[in-house]
Amino acid sequence: MSKVKTINEKDFGSEVGQSETPVLVDFYADWCGPCKAVAPVVEDLATAYDERLAVRKVNVDDNPALATRFGVRTIPTLLLFKDGAPVETIIGAVPRSRLDDAVKRHLN
Amino acid sequence: MARIEVFSKDWCPFCDRAKALLKSKGLEYEEIDVTHDPEREQEMRHRARRKSVPQIFIDGQHVGGFDDLSAANASGELDRMTGAATQERETRHFPLLIIGSGPAGYSAAVYAARANLKPAVITGLEKGGQLMTTTDVENWPGGDAELQGSQLMDQLEQHARRFEAQIIADHITSVDTAQRPFRLEGELGSYTADAVIVATGASARYLGLPSEQAYQGKGVSACATCDGFFFKDQPVAVVGGGNTAVEEALYLANIASHVTLIHRRNELRAEKILQQRLFRLEQEGRVSILWDHELDEVLGDGTAVKAIRVRSVKGGRTRELPVEGVFIAIGHRPNTGLFFSDSVAHEGGYLVVRSGRRGDVTATSVPGLFAAGDVADSIYRQAITSAATGAMAALDAERYLSELQRPEDQSLAA
Repeated sequence: MSKVKTINEKDFGSEVGQSETPVLVDFYADWCGPCKAVAPVVEDLATAYDERLAVRKVNVDDNPALATRFGVRTIPTLLLFKDGAPVETIIGAVPRSRLDDAVKRHLN
Repeated sequence: MARIEVFSKDWCPFCDRAKALLKSKGLEYEEIDVTHDPEREQEMRHRARRKSVPQIFIDGQHVGGFDDLSAANASGELDRMTGAATQERETRHFPLLIIGSGPAGYSAAVYAARANLKPAVITGLEKGGQLMTTTDVENWPGGDAELQGSQLMDQLEQHARRFEAQIIADHITSVDTAQRPFRLEGELGSYTADAVIVATGASARYLGLPSEQAYQGKGVSACATCDGFFFKDQPVAVVGGGNTAVEEALYLANIASHVTLIHRRNELRAEKILQQRLFRLEQEGRVSILWDHELDEVLGDGTAVKAIRVRSVKGGRTRELPVEGVFIAIGHRPNTGLFFSDSVAHEGGYLVVRSGRRGDVTATSVPGLFAAGDVADSIYRQAITSAATGAMAALDAERYLSELQRPEDQSLAA
């Protein structure tokens, strides 16, 4: 089973706000082509960092309030949260090395 | 271990490439971001005698920018400078490697797989290519009326898989065209190949304004179908006058409260059918067209776009338009950064292919290296023309590979 769980406005607080580990959140939509290109990389990060990093997805169609709250105006946008606050914003499809850099900066 | 310094700036694709190349070789480096550090930038300029970023030093010795680093890597100089203490990565060999996963790449894969060349497609960062960011595809022959760009790319991928082409999710950062087999370095793996089809396509171009960069993802976008959603019932602007610009304006007119198309000329380059649709929306008051104007500055509050300033190309007068989003559709640039400068003949970055009537139409200046799709085409740039050149590249590569295997036949043929 995929380690990447899809979350919504209701469980965002418990899944991201109160997480012990950093959380990478992928804001996406089903109709977004570039989101599909990023999805396997996001899955791969979840496997690579295993317990050190939580990886979650937010569908912006179903959860517009979350997108608004974090100023997401393009998808895919990856936000890295640490201690419940966004610390890194990654926009669009980027090299894997940039994702690794961003994640490693904030690992506990 | 050698000390590697990389002087970089915030937004600098070649810095990313240089870092990716070093990383792909397992080399550790120290990054000096000089975006907000005039002192260290001064130091860089003094030591490198150059103003551009990145500038790379190994044990204090100046290597140069990304192109120089790539060239040093190709020649083995980089390995020598770093003590060749690079860790060995798994290197996979393929008779034919196809770089890119747009219509050209997948069509090449279908043809090559059916010719039993056992090809692999390396997808790149933007898997599926430009069509992934479009909606309706109305000009793919035989396509049904509802055909969507991403759906077409899914179908092409499945078609390639059906004939057992391998699809590898990696991003090639350098191709050494001097070695045989070709040597390719990716983000995740290393590859060798007897023949290579370059189908890396083209990516959206930006104007290069600092404010445009600062507001990317905060209201500045190059993809209406990705981001139009966020501008429901809000005013937006589109910059450009070609097919992409008009398609984006048409798409956004259904979502935004109003669309202003900003074009620096007084006529559009887009297809007539698209222009007619646009002018109809203009008459309905849902779109306005600002002729002979350029985007001068993106204005906002730091977190979101609030307006743009445009400048008349006739007289230079500026004015502000309140918009929440601005979509840049001013064209594309070919993705040829993976080649060391001038190792493959190009014109303005577009790879030069042989063309003509004698076969080997897709051959580049490097034997065994073929090019297909938008990376070698600044004129037609259609899904169907890309697919067509992809098929031609596969046939050209097949002939090249069969002649490699039977060198004695060449003398007989002559």
